[in-house]
Amino acid sequence: MAESARLTVLSSKPDRRKFTLGVTASVASVGLAPALFAQDAGEGWEQTVKKVLGDAKPIEGKVLIDLPEIAENGNTVPFTVSVDSPMTETDNVRTIFIIATANPQPGVATFHFSPLSGKAMVAGRMRLARTQDVLVIAELGDGRFLMSKRNVKVTIGGCGG
Amino acid sequence: MAKARIKLPESTKVGDVIEIKTLISHVMETGQRKDADGKPVPRSIINSFKVTFAGQEVFAAELHPGISANPYLAFFMKVPGPGELEFTWIDDAGVKVVEKMKLNVV
Repeated sequence: MAESARLTVLSSKPDRRKFTLGVTASVASVGLAPALFAQDAGEGWEQTVKKVLGDAKPIEGKVLIDLPEIAENGNTVPFTVSVDSPMTETDNVRTIFIIATANPQPGVATFHFSPLSGKAMVAGRMRLARTQDVLVIAELGDGRFLMSKRNVKVTIGGCGG
Repeated sequence: MAKARIKLPESTKVGDVIEIKTLISHVMETGQRKDADGKPVPRSIINSFKVTFAGQEVFAAELHPGISANPYLAFFMKVPGPGELEFTWIDDAGVKVVEKMKLNVV
């Protein structure tokens, strides 16, 4: 789907107005209470990572993260994450976790792959409350973990959760 | 929830790894915002997405409020043969949207 096609889809929806208002309001609310979020987020993301990894030590740098260096609108930041894996019975990626370290709720999404996946890659759009590191952890079929990190500078924060 | 959009290649061969693009309109309310009167706006998001091919799981996702409004997700599938894809989105209110699409395998 081309970007222009997507925009057409969105603007043809009746709830477009509501959506636009929602975005405006969320930007305002983040602007008012950044300190509060900062404290909660600092504790939150480490716990989220701990829940994913348990006691395992991840291999660093093997997950490819495609995120803009500077996101002008934190409400919709495009991402593509992938692991170079043959996705066979014995060598595959089971799950990919995305964690936004400074969002009020750091866990963004969990993606599950299968023997039918063919490729360990997923793309979408996420909210980032402000400038922060985004962590991506991949759990392999053999139980090992891979982890990478990317910093994204956010110009206008999204009310991420 | 409104209707979903799904994009598949027009035709595929067995063994091809194809990209599947999906989009559904949803407010994805985070639960963090307050309305004009200062009351918290309750959370309302699509929290689950699942894709099967001929009944077998292809791809699944648990989504949290950090996913943008009108969730767009693109992922891959290795074509095992002809069959039908089934896409299921579920939101916090339990509303389910199910779309089915046949894959054109030549």
